[in-house]
Amino acid sequence: MSASRTAVSRSLLTPFNIVAGLILAVGLVITVMRFTGGLGAVTNLSDYNPWGLWIGFDLLVGVALAAGGYVTSAACYIFGLKRFHSAVRPAILTGFLGYALVVFALHYDVGRPWRLPYPFIVQPGTTSLLFEVGACVALYLTVLFIEYSSAPLEWLGFRKARNLVVRLTMVLTILGVVLSTLHQSSLGALYLIAPSKLHPLWYSSYLPIYFFVSSIIAGLSMVIFESSLAHRYFHDKMDETHRRETDGVALGFGKAASLVLFGYLLIKVIGLAVDNNWHYLTTGWGAWYLVEVLGFVALPCYLYAVGVREKNLTIIRRTSGLAVLGIVLNRLNISLVAFNYHLPSSERYFPHWMEIAISVFVVTVGILAYRFIVTHMPILYEHPEYKDAH
Amino acid sequence: MSISRRKFLGWMGAAGLGVTAGTKARAASNAHFEGYPNSLAVLHDTTRCVGCRRCEAGCNKVNDLPAPATPFDDLTVLDRKRRTDAESYTIVNRYGAGGEGQAPLFRKNQCNHCLEPACASACFVAAFHKTPEGAVVYDASVCVGCRYCMIACPFEIPTYEYDKALAPRVMKCTMCHPRVLEGKLPGCVEACPVEALSFGSREEMLKIARERIRKQPERYVDHIYGENEMGGTSWLYLAGVPFRELGMREDLGVTPAPKLTSGALGAVPIVVGLWPVLLTGIYAVSKRKDKIAEEEKRQAVAQAVEAADQKAAEAMAKAREKAEKEKTGAIDKAVKEALAEAERKAQEEAAKAAAEAAAPTDDTAEGPEGTTPPAPSDPKPTEEDA
Ligand code: SF4
Ligand code: SF4
Ligand code: SF4
Repeated sequence: MSASRTAVSRSLLTPFNIVAGLILAVGLVITVMRFTGGLGAVTNLSDYNPWGLWIGFDLLVGVALAAGGYVTSAACYIFGLKRFHSAVRPAILTGFLGYALVVFALHYDVGRPWRLPYPFIVQPGTTSLLFEVGACVALYLTVLFIEYSSAPLEWLGFRKARNLVVRLTMVLTILGVVLSTLHQSSLGALYLIAPSKLHPLWYSSYLPIYFFVSSIIAGLSMVIFESSLAHRYFHDKMDETHRRETDGVALGFGKAASLVLFGYLLIKVIGLAVDNNWHYLTTGWGAWYLVEVLGFVALPCYLYAVGVREKNLTIIRRTSGLAVLGIVLNRLNISLVAFNYHLPSSERYFPHWMEIAISVFVVTVGILAYRFIVTHMPILYEHPEYKDAH
Repeated sequence: MSISRRKFLGWMGAAGLGVTAGTKARAASNAHFEGYPNSLAVLHDTTRCVGCRRCEAGCNKVNDLPAPATPFDDLTVLDRKRRTDAESYTIVNRYGAGGEGQAPLFRKNQCNHCLEPACASACFVAAFHKTPEGAVVYDASVCVGCRYCMIACPFEIPTYEYDKALAPRVMKCTMCHPRVLEGKLPGCVEACPVEALSFGSREEMLKIARERIRKQPERYVDHIYGENEMGGTSWLYLAGVPFRELGMREDLGVTPAPKLTSGALGAVPIVVGLWPVLLTGIYAVSKRKDKIAEEEKRQAVAQAVEAADQKAAEAMAKAREKAEKEKTGAIDKAVKEALAEAERKAQEEAAKAAAEAAAPTDDTAEGPEGTTPPAPSDPKPTEEDA
């Protein structure tokens, strides 16, 4: 008894836990400052730059990277790729956590977070794309929660409720895809209203389509990326099926990601041609645009293809990291870098360190929650009592 | 002040009458909304503006805004570019000063009260609305503080109370809507000492502006800023230099903001309607494919089993046949061997007899050659597989 207790307390003082603890402590202090001193006390936001890192990273990147949930469950349940089954639960979990964190982070960003339900209960502004985003994110978070709930229900042993949830799988999956299509694309469409503020290379009437298609890339790449991380750190939590299927998932998703990246590249070029924006490519903005499109779209597209052809999992896993970075870059370019491009540099925005600290804090909360859940609940393995029940 | 109080009140009445028609015009799906009829507007003639900041002071007073850091009669603030902020709904900036003998130019900045406001279209709690009188007003009691209105406004007007923790508001010029409803003039218009600001119905303001351009073409550029920009605004500007030299964007176009997002919003019902059907279709196909695959698998298995059975039977039959053949072969062989043996013995005996007989006679020597026994044909068992 006592021996095991000391073992536990010793294992709690890992470097990881110490760093995580520090981040949480700093985050909590800044949280207090934010809610007592207002946004101005902890951010560099201004009247010219009303949206900063908390929207660019926490909302736009967060939602894009949480796309793994709908992409994987659609592949498995709708497109009938049963061999990806073991990837569904971890993807749903990260999706659910991702969206939960997005909503959590929004409480820091909006001026009066306790009014977040107002658009739905007091006065809907249906002409706003933000309304669409809000409604779909709220609904999708619910859907993800129900989808994910089969794991804690198994953990807790609520057989009946769990079976009901599993029976709803198809409906939830379709609902999830519809809601994801809507809000992933409307996040891009948010910027449609500001053609005069977003650099023409990034502004396009195709923005909603770009955001939707790139969310598929983000989803596929995140599943590969996460599974390689999970393999490193939670190998002992995985069952045989999961370990066996992971390589197949990486190959299958890598192939799909390569194709979607190619399509994405194609519509990007079409967008350039339609708006006749070629001449911007020779400017400084053009160089930066080319870095994004060639280095983080074309290159991963090619590398994925090579990895799949040579069945080289190392290439595929590294490429997934590159592709994820590409999505991050794209979202930050649109929300921060190329937004307000017309303003003098003195009026431009750069995040305050406390904004960065809160973003890191939010991600840390997510990682801790993930770790708790996969070490306690049947995510990376199938619950022995429900093995055949899929 | 070029407009009398009585005339002004007359417009107010007309504006009230116009409400119904305006709403209808907006409801019509593809119609171009030209603003509420008889709605009010301000005309800012920048060629008359002297940069005295009285409008700023007037605005500050009528809106009960906090006292500024530098008093309004301190004109040194004009040395740097300012913008509207949470404590000032309007500011005056100086432009183009310093050129040889060039008089400095001034422009007052505030909300332009767009006919189809970007801020209102962007707000997800509908906190903004365009009043029939012309003002775009904001309702802080529902505002969530997402600041999307600030992203959306092409004129970079709305500001936010970033320093308030509990009840931060979006702050912007109200076109003095409460005062206008009381029949008073906007604070800034009332305060202007040189009539650089005029207030009246938008139609009337446009008429006045055109009249001034026509009368003094050398004084004005032939453009009324706000007549069509972003679909038209209720704050109109005249200038003696291209508007970009007054820090105004000339690349905004004439498309009203709601049109920019209507396509994306219109796609919602399509996605909601079509996606589930398509996805269910794909699901059905993939399920059917699964089913067919399963069926085929079952058939293949059955066939394989059948084939295996058949093969086994064939093999058995063959084995039996082979065994039989071997048996008969063995008998044949034995018989043949026996026959051959018998023959050989007979020949040997015959040869012996012949030799004995040949002792006296030599000419029967070729006898044994002609009777050489034939080699027994080997009855090889058939081993080829079927
Ligand atoms: S100028 Fe900006 S704040 Fe004023 S009505 Fe137009 S969009 Fe709204
Ligand atoms: S900040 Fe307030 S007024 Fe502006 S869009 Fe958000 S909810 Fe609407
Ligand atoms: S109309 Fe009223 S609120 Fe607007 S700038 Fe003039 S005084 Fe200020």
